[in-house]
Amino acid sequence: MSGSGPRRPDGLLAWEWGEGGNIVKRSVTVTVNGVRHTHEVEPRLLLVHYVREVLGLTGTHVGCDTSNCGACTLLMNGKAVKSCTLLAVQADGASLQTIEGLAQDGKLHPIQEGFWEEHGLQCGFCTPGMIMATVDLLQRHPEPTDEQIRWGIEGNLCRCTGYQHIVNAIQHAARTMRAGSTKAGRSA
Amino acid sequence: MAVSKLFGASIKRREDPRLITGRATYTDDLRFPGLTFAQIVRSPHAHARIRRVDVDAARRHPGVVAVFTGKDLQGVINPIPTAWLIPNAELKTPPHPALAVDTVRYAGDGVAVVVAEDRFAARDAAALVRVDYEPLPAVVDQQKAMAPGAPQLHADVPNNLAFKWIIGNSEATAAAFKEAERDGIVLAQRFVNQRLIPNAMEPRAVVAQYNSGSGDLSVWYTTQNPHIARFVMSLVTGLPEHKIRIVAPEVGGGFGSKIPFYADEAIIAFCARATDRPVKWTEARQENYLATIHGRDHITDLEVAARRDGTITALRGRTWANLGAYLSTAAPGIPTILHGLMLTGCYTIPNIDYGVYGVFTNTTPVDAYRGAGRPEATYLIERIVDLVAAKLTLDPAEVRRKNFIPSGRFPYTIAAGLAYDSGNYGPALDRALEMTGYQRLREEQKRGPRNGKHLGIGLSTYVEICGLGPSPVVGSTGFQGGLWESAIVRLHPTAKATVFTGTSPHGQGEETTFAQIVADELGLPIDDIEVVHGDTAAVPMGWGTYGSRTTVVGGAAIALAARRVREKAAKIAAHLLEASVQDIVFDQGRFSVRGSPDRAKTIQEVTLQAYLAWNLPAGVEPALEESAFFDPTNFTFPFGAHVAVVEVDAGTGQVELKRYIAVDDCGRVINPLIVDGQVHGGVVQGIAQALYEGAAYGPDGQLLTGTMADYAVPKAHMFPMFETARTETPSPHNPLGVKGVGETGTIASTPAVVNAVVDALRPYGITHLDMPLTPERIWTAIHGKKRLGR
Repeated sequence: MSGSGPRRPDGLLAWEWGEGGNIVKRSVTVTVNGVRHTHEVEPRLLLVHYVREVLGLTGTHVGCDTSNCGACTLLMNGKAVKSCTLLAVQADGASLQTIEGLAQDGKLHPIQEGFWEEHGLQCGFCTPGMIMATVDLLQRHPEPTDEQIRWGIEGNLCRCTGYQHIVNAIQHAARTMRAGSTKAGRSA
Repeated sequence: MAVSKLFGASIKRREDPRLITGRATYTDDLRFPGLTFAQIVRSPHAHARIRRVDVDAARRHPGVVAVFTGKDLQGVINPIPTAWLIPNAELKTPPHPALAVDTVRYAGDGVAVVVAEDRFAARDAAALVRVDYEPLPAVVDQQKAMAPGAPQLHADVPNNLAFKWIIGNSEATAAAFKEAERDGIVLAQRFVNQRLIPNAMEPRAVVAQYNSGSGDLSVWYTTQNPHIARFVMSLVTGLPEHKIRIVAPEVGGGFGSKIPFYADEAIIAFCARATDRPVKWTEARQENYLATIHGRDHITDLEVAARRDGTITALRGRTWANLGAYLSTAAPGIPTILHGLMLTGCYTIPNIDYGVYGVFTNTTPVDAYRGAGRPEATYLIERIVDLVAAKLTLDPAEVRRKNFIPSGRFPYTIAAGLAYDSGNYGPALDRALEMTGYQRLREEQKRGPRNGKHLGIGLSTYVEICGLGPSPVVGSTGFQGGLWESAIVRLHPTAKATVFTGTSPHGQGEETTFAQIVADELGLPIDDIEVVHGDTAAVPMGWGTYGSRTTVVGGAAIALAARRVREKAAKIAAHLLEASVQDIVFDQGRFSVRGSPDRAKTIQEVTLQAYLAWNLPAGVEPALEESAFFDPTNFTFPFGAHVAVVEVDAGTGQVELKRYIAVDDCGRVINPLIVDGQVHGGVVQGIAQALYEGAAYGPDGQLLTGTMADYAVPKAHMFPMFETARTETPSPHNPLGVKGVGETGTIASTPAVVNAVVDALRPYGITHLDMPLTPERIWTAIHGKKRLGR
């Protein structure tokens, strides 16, 4: 642990503690799925706990404590991040998108459609993180090879599917999204 | 049964919309007014005496509601029981206190629990609990644990031997070995089936709420079997069963690890009652690695006797099964009933002499992990068949064919006494070899390595026991429960249906497959059917989801209940149509009079009349709802043939899995897409055991693979696209002809991959390597031997 100063027996630094043993809170303002939120939070609060516990958006999951599983993946300023690797205060001023914000106007996102069509999920616990990671992946690789998909989701673990149907789901989504963007391009 | 629309259709899963939109509710997502959070303080020592537990500082921490130790639970919470009391094995069942009182027996054993206003305060305060431990010597290896002078875990369990289980005929087996020594071959090999960590993606979680006004305890938690949980919760807490409600909300995978009744759910129930507040506990992943059961962990010495033509005449062996520190719920039955009985696989091996020692060690308890005993058995037999083939320089496919149980001999009683229901092993193997292009690959292999890469081809022809199971039979094996299944099919006045099942799916897709069954049986649109599971307050008693039993036993119960609904509806239809019930024909939701297809009533019309009850036939009760309790007459025995094709780089020891071919026979298939998904997932878990995964302990009992960064849960890029196909041999023991497919992939794939790697390493004179087949292990094996061509 870095830093100096008097420590409590549990290792927390004394500067985190204010009068009466309460932690000094910090203000954080984020836009989540288009809605602006401001909260006073403990500086140590992880972004994933902020999203789940404070905002009540429980579609983002916690599957490990070492940033290996990717179940907590969401988009921060358009890029996939593991929300367990960030403190809520680090997201101050950012725009976040979670699985709850992906479907628009009651219509599933093509990636959600792909996972449904191709049986890309079983227990569903890794699925929100897997889908949010795929948003980022398909932004970078709109026409991915299977190999690119398999390496592209290496930060997301799934214990149920054996990944094959996830690869198919992502290919399904990529096809739909390419067709959609061609159509949009033509109509523009 | 009638030709139908949905049985056999790859329809999209009905559970998915909530899961892909983040609207599913897992246990940790639950919110309650006044909810508190618990943190369990766990022993950092594998074995220690507890001198003192000081909770004063923790109690004073802001936000703390209560702190309890083992002494607080003593006399209130009964010891956590095991539920599989295998007979004739001198089974010892030492007490397992929910929180340790004077001794901790593995790193992770619970010592105290803190309840606080939020999870962070609970965690902070847990760090303030001071436990004065007197460390004791620990033992983690099951053979060392049985040696004289080893640390003893439990009083009255000498040599840490929990049980000794022996099957077979030792004299006939010895005679077969004598004969083989004269005229055939005898081979011996030690096999290590390493310890695995299940890694369901959702860690375990519990929310308990006790209503002191009504005396009701409600527990929402990550279980595969809520009714068993209620049963045991009643025994452990002393609360009457009808005052306990157990709910399995969305459960994020289990693979066996959510079958057991853990100390943790008893602790949290205790906390809820003691504090009169709802209490939530959610396991962290590192805690999961310590406190949730592990799987496998066998050491086996196995001998095989065979004739020179490859006919195997006998198997003789002993297995040392590591059970961990306490007997988990099903632990004694896994390495015995579900393992030893399946030792001879899909072959006509007439003689066996096999024993299993179940041993306590200072490690996390071991219980059912996907396949549970059967992967270990299949690994032994499929490896030893390859050793026989290699020794006799016969093709491993030919040795398998020579020993297969012939298709004309089913039901077939094996040496261990089980009667296999049905099978046709040859065509599955033929199909797999054809898909592989087996002969062509063998030719390619003969041409030698390319760029230092050796081609290896590995087969695995497996059979497994599942669809657990006939209650009288499992009862005779000491299982303290039945394994029948329940169903209610309830039609509402508008002919929408709610189907209740005693099974508890958690990813396997039965909300879809069960609806497919009912849609066909009653001619209802599938969207008019809802499947309800996982709540003891809503569904009838059932035994849950494991052992590839959900569709086999639970699906059968649903089909039977639906057929009863149809029979009653036919009576009402006959009455309304002024016809005899014998003349009523049912097709796709329509009851018509034979010969007059226009005289008809739809199921919707009949259902409404059943509820209005204005004009029912004499003796027919109102409403349309039927239940069924189905107990199968035998287990089912799915089988198949898998082939792994690998390249092993001699320079680095790296294995590349080039292709994987899986031909499975799980009887009739309701939803091919879902069956493929089960096969893929199972295959990956089995391949991961062969190549990647393994839990490691230090000699002091510390789990070295204690995080997801240290334990190799496999990733997407480690696998090729699997090539799957099926043969179909219906089971005669259930009305659907299904056999179960949840575990086949895991059971089949581990030996297929190891056989392939060993096959690739034959030029180096390597005949066996223990798993996981890491580059380091392979490189050392190659370069420890004489180099090829030098």
